Amino acid sequence: MNTTAPTPAKRGADYFGMPYARLLKRRGSDAQPPELDTSHRTVLYLEDITVSFDGFKALNALTLYIDVGELRCIIGPNGAGKTTMMDVITGKTRPDHGSAWFGQTLDLLAMSEPEIVQAGIGRKFQRPTVFQNHTVFQNLELAMAGDKRVWTILFAKLGALQRERIEKVLETVGLKDQTSLLAGSLSHGQKQWLEIGMLLMQEPKLLLVDEPVAGMTPQETERTAELLLSLAGERSVVVVEHDMDFVRSIAKKVTVLHQGSVLAEGPIDEVQRNPQVVEVYLGE
Amino acid sequence: MRTSSPLMTLLFGDFGSRVFYALLLAMLIVVPLLNLGVTETSALHLSTYTVTLLGKYLTYALMAVAVDLIWGYCGILSLGHTAFFALGGYAMGMYLMRQIGTRGVYGDPLLPDFMVFLNWKELPWYWLGFNHAAFALLMVLLAPGALAFCFGWLAFRSRVTGVYLSIITQALTYALMLAFFRNEMGFGGNNGLTDFKEILGFDIHLASTRIGLFVASGIALGLGYTACRAIAVSRAGRVVQAIRDAESRTRFIGYRVENYKMWLFTFSAVLSGIAGALYVPQVGIINPGEFGPINSIEVVIWVAVGGRNTLYGPVLGAFVVNFAKTYLTAALPEVWLYALGALFVVVTLFLPQGIVGLVKQLLEKRR
Repeated sequence: MNTTAPTPAKRGADYFGMPYARLLKRRGSDAQPPELDTSHRTVLYLEDITVSFDGFKALNALTLYIDVGELRCIIGPNGAGKTTMMDVITGKTRPDHGSAWFGQTLDLLAMSEPEIVQAGIGRKFQRPTVFQNHTVFQNLELAMAGDKRVWTILFAKLGALQRERIEKVLETVGLKDQTSLLAGSLSHGQKQWLEIGMLLMQEPKLLLVDEPVAGMTPQETERTAELLLSLAGERSVVVVEHDMDFVRSIAKKVTVLHQGSVLAEGPIDEVQRNPQVVEVYLGE
Repeated sequence: MRTSSPLMTLLFGDFGSRVFYALLLAMLIVVPLLNLGVTETSALHLSTYTVTLLGKYLTYALMAVAVDLIWGYCGILSLGHTAFFALGGYAMGMYLMRQIGTRGVYGDPLLPDFMVFLNWKELPWYWLGFNHAAFALLMVLLAPGALAFCFGWLAFRSRVTGVYLSIITQALTYALMLAFFRNEMGFGGNNGLTDFKEILGFDIHLASTRIGLFVASGIALGLGYTACRAIAVSRAGRVVQAIRDAESRTRFIGYRVENYKMWLFTFSAVLSGIAGALYVPQVGIINPGEFGPINSIEVVIWVAVGGRNTLYGPVLGAFVVNFAKTYLTAALPEVWLYALGALFVVVTLFLPQGIVGLVKQLLEKRR
């Protein structure tokens, strides 16, 4: 091994989780979300991304592009770097190396987590994390896109238009009858849908969905597949999933990750015939 | 009866709040009547000592409400909130000291007694202006507010949470206590500020002045409670509770968690400062002991005993625990700290929702 992983200190980070120069740039920037420019039909550019944890390379020169309106499935064995990739896109983890752009103009590596959300990237976590002590309606209200600064929110009143939007999302995710129930009392599947609903309230351009059907009943899985398919088109959706049947039922294009880089990419049937993929993943 | 205004519904919508407002109003009417309107020989007469005691409890209750706002609603367990209480108290104390004028032991028109005693020749710059009530009032708000803002800015931006934050708040109040103990600080050192004569031109020892302070404390509690409740039921209140339940999730849906925490913490500190400022003229002294870390922990116990995340629970807790304290420290002084500790253990183990939670449970069972 000739390369040593660059330490955080080496890249000028990082008291607050990001380099000082970027910290300064961040000041007072929670006003209005910057405009997303997708004139080249690509919404996400990840190029040459490397992330190491104590020398272990979770991502190794990963390069990946997501098109506008695309529904992409990411598969790969445990430890392939799927979750780390999501962390990089959402600003939770800063890469040692590489670049990440949202559209033509937004440098994700220079943005804070809330800024990335405001710009239009929404993430659904593996475990459903809804606000248990808030009602379904309040969960969606919390997630609603808009100015989220303290003073504005303190005096905010729910307008008719906003109420309508919440109703519409409730309908989309099928939780109309649970509107005023506490989110904590929902079933596992309902929580997952509520969380997708919360993502929709943010009006994201890019939706990151981490293992949406883990622990779901077959009926719930089917319902989720329909939901995700209906979401793509208007926005881009990236789904990380283990369940191959589920992937087959929704995906047109699949990316296989292995040891932090892309092993194969293409239509599901083609990928499944790829001998390398069979070896590392499907043929286990 | 249905109130039409949404604001009214929000503020008086829950049963606990209605009881709180009713009891507070009753107290503010009955106590002055029984003190001033009934002759001293009558069995119904309420002594000025009791009035002052109740007034002190009211300031404690305001402080408890402030602590509940950040702990019960936002999950910030501050174990140093008396720092803000004491700072508000010192600002008021400085005003009261300057009102003494030539009536001090040494009769110096400008310098408080302790400065003459220390052989100081002139008033330190930070004592200037405190002869004006308006300036002192401004400082009552600004001193705790500014400290809380700076503290919050540093702590919350560095994402210090949980037990670590609690420990830092303890350190904060402890450091202030040590600093204020020093004579060189110019706040009366060990003895603090005392021997007050008058407030806003009224003799501080008169029963009518005591009644005035009692009523002022009650109004402050009512307004502070209303403000906290308005925040709690606003959309910002729901954001704050979301932060309490799932902080990083809240950040991920686009809220600047640190800003919410910082402003809430600052507001809570300002309320504590107001409580402190009303406390000092009633007890007649402010000394560095008020910064004591134990005091802050006691406040947290009031909140826990009453029932957090309700705002009215802590008011009840402040009254119940302090009533017990007043009684026990007189009857069985050595028992008090053990009783307090036992109370906390019992509440934590058996009554996680405090007295209010217990009452709610009983009511639901009967239904």
